[in-house]
Amino acid sequence: MSKVLMGVMCAYLPLFAAAAETIPKTPAPMVIQSEAYQPWKAVAYAIQEPLGGLKGNAANGRKVAIDRGKGNCLACHVMPVQEEEFHGELGPALGKIGKKYNEGKLRMRIVNIQDVLADSLMPPFYAKPDKLSRVVDKYRGQTVLTAQEVEDVVAYLTTLK
Amino acid sequence: MKLKTALALGAGFGAMCAYADAFSAEVYSGYTLLRQETREMQDDDFLNPGMGALARGAAMFTTPNTKGVSCASCHGADGKKLDAKRIAQYPVLDSRSQRPITLQQRVIDESSERLGISMLKYESDDALSLEAFVRNIARGQEVNVQTDGAMTPFYEAGKKLYETRSGQLNMACNLCHDNHPGEKLRAQVLSQGQTNGFPLYRLATGKLTGTQTRFNQCFDAFRATPYPFGSEEYTLLELYANAHGNGLKIETPAVRF
Ligand code: HEC
Ligand code: HEC
Repeated sequence: MSKVLMGVMCAYLPLFAAAAETIPKTPAPMVIQSEAYQPWKAVAYAIQEPLGGLKGNAANGRKVAIDRGKGNCLACHVMPVQEEEFHGELGPALGKIGKKYNEGKLRMRIVNIQDVLADSLMPPFYAKPDKLSRVVDKYRGQTVLTAQEVEDVVAYLTTLK
Repeated sequence: MKLKTALALGAGFGAMCAYADAFSAEVYSGYTLLRQETREMQDDDFLNPGMGALARGAAMFTTPNTKGVSCASCHGADGKKLDAKRIAQYPVLDSRSQRPITLQQRVIDESSERLGISMLKYESDDALSLEAFVRNIARGQEVNVQTDGAMTPFYEAGKKLYETRSGQLNMACNLCHDNHPGEKLRAQVLSQGQTNGFPLYRLATGKLTGTQTRFNQCFDAFRATPYPFGSEEYTLLELYANAHGNGLKIETPAVRF
């Protein structure tokens, strides 16, 4: 495993690292670019405009979705990612999600699914940071994913048909 | 909840029965979800890795201070003069402060006030070992935390903490442990987050782990700032979490991944 990958995994939640028999000790500091929060507008539970007008890259979106320190989608969803074992089952399988939802609806659910389903366990990946409480110092003021990463994940999900 | 209500109303009697079932849902211990090998490890005192800490707690219990007094002077060498049913009720209302007090805080206070031992640090190995030794006396007893009467406001405050979202991932205890138990989070099956086995031995960390350290681990997982050990908030959260498992048998020291 590459050092960078190890670093990312160490920095991530010991609890979500489930399958690991040993928990790595020294977390490498995770570098997160701080960028201005991109405002967005939802209409009928969909965000039609790409965040910041950015264009998503599906291949990178797949990586972000797998990365335990970023999307970590596999913690809760079965996805067509054969190289990874142990997909979680807290949420619905995403194999055909691009058929069920268009891009705008997918974007809404990645930005903040809790605006659609108030009791959802799924984290808001692009919630306005000042709406969150008791965030640990390391992540305070930051979104889970950057605007570009949200667009990448959305681009990836639209390919799942 | 809203969805469930709608279902019950919409789909008639059958669905209403299912609805009622959802609420009488039984509490179950994290033990239920363990692999056979881990269960065997917990059940056999010779294999249970938590027993080392228990022995340390037993030694603390019987070691006299400079005046020749130890916990055992009042409670018997094996602690058998302690009331196991009472231990199963913790956190209880402290008669002096009229506020809930956790079992660990009680053993810390007892050793400092009665034996003059310098204050044990909350969730330190010593405090945990002593707490584990004492709670083990109640092994097999049913958790029986008071939730009514003078306890009501504290219980309600604990419930509120349990259900308040926090952290960058904006999660709350009930979202995982009430709404999704039995489901897979990556390779791990979520339990109801019961506390009947604490202090317990975690194979993942190789340590005796207290209830409040487990709270920290869950808060860390959703990137939320934990509360300090022994704080008012953690006392209330422990009160609610323990009461949430009323009726479960105490397993201390349990073994978990
Ligand atoms: C901690 C758990 C968790 C994580 C992590 C998570 N999800 Fe979810 N997700 C859920 C749950 C649970 C639902 C079902 C909605 C509900 O009831 O909360 C859901 C629903 C969804 C939906 C809507 C599905 C539908 O059929 O309506 C999409 C799309 C989705 N998730 C995508 C993702 C992606 C992409 C990621 C990672 C970037 C992700 N999720 C990470 C738990 C999670
Ligand atoms: C994202 C999901 C998630 C959230 C939110 C969460 N936990 Fe947990 N919790 C886990 C996992 C995973 C485990 C380990 C497996 C298990 O026992 O469920 C665990 C274990 C526990 C245990 C130990 C149960 C046992 O039998 O060993 C307790 C107690 C607990 N959690 C309490 C809490 C409390 C209190 C909160 C809120 C502060 C909380 N959890 C929030 C996922 C979560």
